[in-house]
Amino acid sequence: MDKITLTIDGKEVAVDKGATVLAAARAAGVTIPTLCWLEGVQAIGACRMCVVEVQGARTLQASCVLPAAQGMVVKTHSPRVREARKMILQLILSDHRMECPTCARNMNCELQALAKEYGIVDIPFEGAKSSVRIDDSSPSLIRDASKCILCQRCVTVCHEIQTVGALFPAHRGFATTISTAFDLPLGEAACVNCGQCALVCPVGAIVERDDTEKVWHALADPDKVVVVQTAPAIRAAIAEEFGQAPGKAVTGQMVAALRRLGFDKVFDTQFTADLTIIEEGNELLHRVQDGGPLPLITSCSPGWVKFIEHFYPELLKHVSSCKSPQQMFGSIAKTWYAQQIGKKPEDMFVVSIMPCTAKKFECQRPEMYDSGVQDVDVVLTTRETARMIKQAGINLLELEDEMFDDPLGESTGAAVIFGASGGVMEAALRTVYEVVTKKPLENLDFEDVRGLKGVRAATVKVGDLDVKVAATSGLGNARVLLDAIRDGKADYHFIEIMACPGGCLGGGGMPIPTNWPVREARARAIYEEDKRLPIRKSHENPFIKKIYDEFLEEPLGEKSHSLLHTHYTKRGV
Amino acid sequence: MKLKDTTRERLKSVAELDALRRKLKAARDPKKVTVLMCMTGCRAKGADKAAAALRHEIGNFRLKDKVDIVETGCHGFCSMAPVMVIEPFGYMYCKVTAEDMHEVARTTLKTGEVIERLCYEDPITGARIPLNKDIPFYKNQKKIVLRNCGVIDPTLIEHYIERDGYAALGMILSQGVKPDKVVEMVKKSGLRGRGGAGFPTGIKWQLAHDQQNPTKYLVCNADEGDPGAFMDRAVLEGDPHTVIEGMLVGAYAMGASQGYVYCRAEYPIAVRHVKMAIEQAEACGLLGDNILGSDFSFHIKLKEGAGAFVCGEETALMASIEGERGMPRPRPPFPIQSGLWGCPTCINNVETLANIAPIITRGPEWYAGMGTETSKGTKIFALAGAINNTGLVEVPMGITLREIIFDVGGGILENKRFKAAQTGGPSGGVIPADFIDLAIDYDSLAKVGAIMGSGGLIVMDQGNCIVDIAKFFLNFTCSESCGKCTPCRIGLTRMLEILNKISRGEGVPEDLETLETMARVIKDSALCGLGQTAPNPVLTSVQHFRDEYMAHIVDKKCPSLKCKALITYSIDQELCRMCGICSKSCPTGAITGQVKKKGQEGVPFHIMEDTCNKCGMCYSMCPFGSVALA
Repeated sequence: MDKITLTIDGKEVAVDKGATVLAAARAAGVTIPTLCWLEGVQAIGACRMCVVEVQGARTLQASCVLPAAQGMVVKTHSPRVREARKMILQLILSDHRMECPTCARNMNCELQALAKEYGIVDIPFEGAKSSVRIDDSSPSLIRDASKCILCQRCVTVCHEIQTVGALFPAHRGFATTISTAFDLPLGEAACVNCGQCALVCPVGAIVERDDTEKVWHALADPDKVVVVQTAPAIRAAIAEEFGQAPGKAVTGQMVAALRRLGFDKVFDTQFTADLTIIEEGNELLHRVQDGGPLPLITSCSPGWVKFIEHFYPELLKHVSSCKSPQQMFGSIAKTWYAQQIGKKPEDMFVVSIMPCTAKKFECQRPEMYDSGVQDVDVVLTTRETARMIKQAGINLLELEDEMFDDPLGESTGAAVIFGASGGVMEAALRTVYEVVTKKPLENLDFEDVRGLKGVRAATVKVGDLDVKVAATSGLGNARVLLDAIRDGKADYHFIEIMACPGGCLGGGGMPIPTNWPVREARARAIYEEDKRLPIRKSHENPFIKKIYDEFLEEPLGEKSHSLLHTHYTKRGV
Repeated sequence: MKLKDTTRERLKSVAELDALRRKLKAARDPKKVTVLMCMTGCRAKGADKAAAALRHEIGNFRLKDKVDIVETGCHGFCSMAPVMVIEPFGYMYCKVTAEDMHEVARTTLKTGEVIERLCYEDPITGARIPLNKDIPFYKNQKKIVLRNCGVIDPTLIEHYIERDGYAALGMILSQGVKPDKVVEMVKKSGLRGRGGAGFPTGIKWQLAHDQQNPTKYLVCNADEGDPGAFMDRAVLEGDPHTVIEGMLVGAYAMGASQGYVYCRAEYPIAVRHVKMAIEQAEACGLLGDNILGSDFSFHIKLKEGAGAFVCGEETALMASIEGERGMPRPRPPFPIQSGLWGCPTCINNVETLANIAPIITRGPEWYAGMGTETSKGTKIFALAGAINNTGLVEVPMGITLREIIFDVGGGILENKRFKAAQTGGPSGGVIPADFIDLAIDYDSLAKVGAIMGSGGLIVMDQGNCIVDIAKFFLNFTCSESCGKCTPCRIGLTRMLEILNKISRGEGVPEDLETLETMARVIKDSALCGLGQTAPNPVLTSVQHFRDEYMAHIVDKKCPSLKCKALITYSIDQELCRMCGICSKSCPTGAITGQVKKKGQEGVPFHIMEDTCNKCGMCYSMCPFGSVALA
């Protein structure tokens, strides 16, 4: 590629043609402050924090959108630049509800960090502030316009990456605010609760709903049996909340910490991930035998499910009737497991630790009461869980590894990879292949469906049948596949779709920051975990065999049908 | 020739166009009495009622075959609205009413006699001036862009064609002038963009011409939004075809096949006239595929803006056309490289495009012969504020402020002292009286901290408070900011808050320094032209009228007696005749006293300062001038 050379703060630097001055500065070892810019998400030059002085330019230029040019001479911290940046910060802070100690993003806030970096000790501008308007109508997310700095990252992520378009700027001037269509409360808008907005928010204007108090309360209740399930992606990321670099799985320490918190049993959503593979694999085989409807699309991701309910209700027949592993766990825990320990469903309290904000919505769906009560009582995100562990004074990183409890804690490598985009597909193929061919699968790693970005497609020979599969994550990518299905141009048998880019490891409830390098590191940890586990195929999980023998009888049987499968709602927009 | 309901035939060649023009000219009887009535701006003052009355009277006097009424666009002289010009005599009647029409028909239309009382009265000499061309307001103008405004019926393409309309297009097509030659002509004319920034139009066209992308767009920016400016409105309402012809020439020169007119929806007449013009031009084969039988094709769509000032900014305008929220985008890329849907897009202002046809037909040398070294041709200004002749004027570049205000504008209202002028609307600056002999062009205005802008010119006298003016403009830009970038969204608000504080008498001397620093940073760091220029009114007014600011801050006085918090009303006890009208009119009950009745002593009235809300009602109601303002 063509290179261009420019001078940044007196240092010559060569960059690829098309690179921005911001990127060129980074190549020159200079970090330019940003608030609205976010790599891979947005470059719109709105906040103006990244302004630099360019020789010959009349005004300061936003480096995040300024293409580097041959011979350009840039100063990134001249008095003129510093004066502007400082004033811009002060202006932003003058319209920001500064309640840092009580903010969910305290100590992990980009604005706070910049204010510190720029030595802002006073705000010389008194004046109007955006009014405090807290929207807590959503079960998943809480918005506070008075903290919003209008960087528009949430808008871009919602429109361009997720193609949901629930959020956009409304009104003008100082009254500009991020709103929904007709200013509906978020809980009533066509929002899928994926939480990608919360993940990119530089401040605390969009945060997950904090449900930790409900869990503390339950833990303190002597009459409740409080059990917890942990999603696959949690173990690969929770250490980040304790200062570790991304990419370190701490499964055993996580289990130990949860046990210290006082959960009666620490179980694993991976158990029901294996169960999902059995049910969904059989559903696929049935649909192939019965002639459709195909493609079958996975249903693990509640953000994705709500997306299709809103935007493609006519295609709902393609979605697997399997509940998500979280909800299968809830109904199994409150029926089979409750019976085993001689408890009634209402005596059980099921907590889920999820990478996901949409799971908070999912557990409250009216379809999710198959045990007679709400199957999953509370969903905590990775971030909330880390807060609880810290509050309890537990130093997760110093704990000895512990094991999950039986019987709902046993799982396979097939289940752990549910946490990465393509993992459900790969897990399903491992099982479907062996069930159909009755032969052992030699190479368990379906590399073609791995990789976090875009749409990956593959054809896998299963006996006589060429099984055509595709996997993707991010709802913008999902839309591409759905349009193809609608137009009859997608002759796949099976498609995996996850709402969040990269899959659950990039979920809206995961540690902040979650960016592509972080997602990739988490994926590595997940695939290492898969390799490490002695059993790597769902149908070989001994407790899965046990639950069918003792309770469910057969895949897609009557009991499965009532406890493990669900139906959907046509929502429209 | 009856044209209203005519069906138009597609012109298949330039020769057919020329033939039509000859036919139209031949059909015109120069002796026929023709009444030119402004039916755009003057409507606000009842022109439509007057026209209806005139039609009725013409019927009564059996003049139907002898008199034509032409409903025209703006004549420019808004302070005299409604106006009418009667040809071939050249009489101009001012402030006409429906009641005047009987006499107009009976006298002027029937006999050609002038009605003196309806003629323009010189405010200084008091003399009546019957002829349009003798009125100083018109005498000192040079109409190129406005050549047809007030003369033709803008809803009839034939009127435009008759007055050499589409001759520039015809010339280019019939003589096979190459596109780069057209660009060359515009460059040579020295025409600069009339939207505000003054970028040379020829260079813009050259850049558009040089783009390799086969799909190019030409956009006419008709989102005129400066408060008090209505130049583009008048052109679109009064002569829409001249803009369409300008677009055709531009499209030909740069190789664009699709055009947009982005017009604010608050201009319903302009919208209607542009729509009609597009339809008629299409029907005549002057717009669409194979124009006048040639290989050249060009289509125009009208896009109505939804009332955002910022959509006049090029990148926001394009976002709006694309159906997005009208928010500016960073540049580069410039619209000329990557505009609408990623294709090269040339955006020209209405007035710029209206200059094109005369440049082509009369030659670039002719055009470059007018104006100053760096600014050629004429400029339309919308005169407003404390000036006698408010309205629309077209004057050569290089004219001095004094000539505009006193010769064309008829001087300051009530002969007060000229204090300052504001050009360029909310993006422009305040020019103090010291610069009254400044020869106006793009560069001279920039030198004094103002800008040409689109042509709003607001005149201020001693009764205008400079802090109040700065507040007015900043309030406008604050509420029209799109909210995207920090300096504009929050910075302007903070500046306005400081101005409000000063006008409440709560300012401190450091406020001026803060204002200047903020203004500098906002100008330097805002995303688009709106934010980068919004501090100008404050910056220039602080620069030129620091004393007046200090009077507010230190003395807690508003010398122009405009800032409510800094003025007091009092009743002169000596002059009070104890009628009690002030007390009755006071909404807050702040005035006490006793009415003097027959045979009784009264008590002079008195205003309680604490209760007074400074509404000024007593001041305007007192029949004896006993209420004082200080």
